[in-house]
Amino acid sequence: MTEAGDKKGKLLATFQVNGEPYEVAFAPHKTLLEVLREEMELTGTKHGCELGECGTCTVQVDGVPILSCLSLAVDAIGKDVRTVEGLAVGSDLAPLQHTFADLGAAQCGYCTPGILMAADALLKENPSPTRDDIKEYLAGNICRCTGYLKIFEAVELAAARMRGEDAEPSKESIYGS
Amino acid sequence: MLRLPTFEYYRPKTAADAVALASEHGKAAMYVAGGTDLYPNMKRRHQEPRHVISLQDLPELHAIDVRDDGSVAIGAMVKLSTIEHDPHIKEHYPAIAHAVREISTPLLRNMGTIGGNLLLDTRCTYYDQSFEWRESIDFCMKKEGAICWVAPGSPRCWAVQSSDTVPVVCAMEAQVELVGTDGTRQISAVDLYQDDGIEYLTKKPEELLTRLILPAPGNWKSAYTKLRRRDTYDFPVLGVGACLWYAEDGTIEKANVRLGGAGSYAMPATATEELLAGKQLTDELVAEAGKAAMKPARTMDNTDLDVYWRRKVAPVYVARAIAQCR
Ligand SMILES: Cc1cc2nc3c(=O)[nH]c(=O)nc-3n(C[C@H](O)[C@H](O)[C@H](O)COP(=O)(O)OP(=O)(O)OC[C@H]3O[C@@H](n4cnc5c(N)ncnc54)[C@H](O)[C@@H]3O)c2cc1C
Ligand code: SF4
Ligand code: FES
Ligand code: FES
Repeated sequence: MTEAGDKKGKLLATFQVNGEPYEVAFAPHKTLLEVLREEMELTGTKHGCELGECGTCTVQVDGVPILSCLSLAVDAIGKDVRTVEGLAVGSDLAPLQHTFADLGAAQCGYCTPGILMAADALLKENPSPTRDDIKEYLAGNICRCTGYLKIFEAVELAAARMRGEDAEPSKESIYGS
Repeated sequence: MLRLPTFEYYRPKTAADAVALASEHGKAAMYVAGGTDLYPNMKRRHQEPRHVISLQDLPELHAIDVRDDGSVAIGAMVKLSTIEHDPHIKEHYPAIAHAVREISTPLLRNMGTIGGNLLLDTRCTYYDQSFEWRESIDFCMKKEGAICWVAPGSPRCWAVQSSDTVPVVCAMEAQVELVGTDGTRQISAVDLYQDDGIEYLTKKPEELLTRLILPAPGNWKSAYTKLRRRDTYDFPVLGVGACLWYAEDGTIEKANVRLGGAGSYAMPATATEELLAGKQLTDELVAEAGKAAMKPARTMDNTDLDVYWRRKVAPVYVARAIAQCR
């Protein structure tokens, strides 16, 4: 980290985001959310309340899901930052992204980047979560559209597929009962 | 975007350096732990430190130590999610593990620390609002203004103690360790707080909270019950911390019951405590002891939920906490 000579008061630093280096200049009072969106142009991470009250800004830092709106970017230097842009491998969507799309777990989609990053952390910690485990883990991510049921089903289906099971969504979760 | 005001940011490597920085900058400096209380407050311009001192690089503040005498010292920077899953805390201090689990959300608990929770700013519906909201009705005395919107004739602020751990920590007579310019001191957690919505802490601003020390397990049992609108996110509208000490024959030797969310500090439910002492814990006594907490739970209308209903249900939450100490 060095003082960026020409931009007064700014720091010049290299971040590791989704496994790639990003060298940016930013002021030390900037949040990780601001630097991701405004300096790195990684706008997949959304800004909602910016006060810790919605979860849409969730990213992973060293594997732990946290709120980028209440973290300083400067504290993420030297850490492994993961955002929703890092979930897909090339043009191959991750299992969670497939099941969210297939089951209608994203409607307006505003909460989706945060929920995907929290759910991804959950499945890395616990490949076979119960419905209650999922509810508890996602209790800091608000969705105003789906009513959550489709989100829980999508996480369960992705978990099954990631365990190598040949799982298909139930008819009810696609067509209703 | 709701942005932080500008500030100088420091990450000292020793507690002594942190304290020196804080005393050098006086009122213009604040410590930051997880930032989940401070940064929202800064974004809404409740707190505007020009110098922000992060405690993340102080390794001794990140440890949980079981001491030879059986007590447990939890470093101020230990994350809430670490405490919630710690096997020793879960087994020997279930009330603490439970209270911590009741705080905010899993994402916030991955960031927030026990030190920050013990020192959490007091809350009020007229204060926890955006700058523009507060400006539009005119600022209150907790920040910039002259009036209290909750009690306009009042000379004091009634903002509410809203930490989930403080009532339990006070009830179980835990201690806290503070480091200041004159060295280290250890005080009873109860003595860290005072009945004022603005000056709610007794410690000096530059004093660093280093550890929370939980008493050794023994002939006591503690519990925490919480009332709030949603089962996630929300601060306690009432938080009851109870701790009962038992004699060999099962008689209650001493009882501490502390009410959070009811005043500017975790208030003792004195009549309840007196009623319990010297008796055996029967169902009748539990119910009676709950009712005796009606009086201290005379809350003001400055948090969530209807104030009259809150007073009515307080005895139920107190009784539940006492029953869990069986
Ligand atoms: C949406 C939302 C919901 C929440 N819900 C709850 C809830 O239900 N219950 C609850 O109890 N809290 C809740 N909180 C508040 C907060 O997240 C927690 O209290 C958390 O534990 C605060 O810890 P922190 O490390 O983030 O504190 P910080 O914000 O870092 O610090 C809080 C205060 O303590 C001071 N400080 C911190 N550490 C030290 C130290 N070691 N020595 C001296 N001073 C220090 C800081 O200067 C600051 O004034 C909520 C917050 C949000 C945003
Ligand atoms: S109790 Fe009164 S002075 Fe204190 S924060 Fe609320 S309105 Fe402001
Ligand atoms: S934008 Fe971070 S929690 Fe809402
Ligand atoms: S899909 Fe719209 S908020 Fe969740």
